[in-house]
Amino acid sequence: MIAEILGGALIGGAAALLWLANGRISGMTGVVSSCFGWIYEGSRQRLWAVFFLVGLVLANPVLQALGFQPDPIEITASHWLVIAAGLLVGIGTYLGNGCTSGHGVCGMGRLSVRSIMATMVFMAAGIVTVTVMEVLL
Amino acid sequence: MKRFWLSQLTALLSGLIFGAGLLVAGMHNPAKVRGFLDLFGDWQPALIAVMGTAVPVFALFFWLSKRRPAPWFGDSFHTPTLAGIDWRLLSGAILFGIGWGLVGLCPGPALVDIATLNGQVLLFVAALLVGNRAAHMLFGPAK
Repeated sequence: MIAEILGGALIGGAAALLWLANGRISGMTGVVSSCFGWIYEGSRQRLWAVFFLVGLVLANPVLQALGFQPDPIEITASHWLVIAAGLLVGIGTYLGNGCTSGHGVCGMGRLSVRSIMATMVFMAAGIVTVTVMEVLL
Repeated sequence: MKRFWLSQLTALLSGLIFGAGLLVAGMHNPAKVRGFLDLFGDWQPALIAVMGTAVPVFALFFWLSKRRPAPWFGDSFHTPTLAGIDWRLLSGAILFGIGWGLVGLCPGPALVDIATLNGQVLLFVAALLVGNRAAHMLFGPAK
């Protein structure tokens, strides 16, 4: 419980930093789309997303260098299921303009009705999916 | 110019801290996230504690920021302009939720887990990028 609250505070604090310093929402879907925008157009306006992404990827090695060993990751799904899931997440987050970070953390923090709705819907869809899989498999 | 590079530094730091938060909370592990979605089975409520802390922390600073005309190193606050609930938001959220439930990965943890060079994670991220671009070509940005 302590780890979850500390982790949550870091996530909220990081989102607050990007908002206060850059005026940007730390939503991963926006970061991915903005990175593509930067690649296409070389736009300076979108460079922040590339730096944010670099920071995200460096988080694990940096924590390990500081002596914190993250839990190992466990994925039991097959390759095909992983590909299907990645495609669904990629398409769905683009269409819905956000995911757990943009809608879930920042949108709900802004009390955006749209984001609260999106978060309830994707959580419900996730719960239904896992429940159906547990019943069938 | 100095402000521009300071803003890149804060973006890098923000990504680093965001990723550290996911790792400390264990949210980078798809099994733990799927445990939260397994509401009617072996439910693991950890994600509630994570979001229950992250949301109010962000909400507090977002509220405080309303007293400022502009961010420290940027021209303006890029407040999301899309409003209202439409088919696009709902169908997107449903597709995302299904994909999230299948493996337990959403974009943030998947990007953080790139560093592990886990083959399944890299496959997921590649498919996510393909899906993002396919949707961009088929539907275009939301207006």
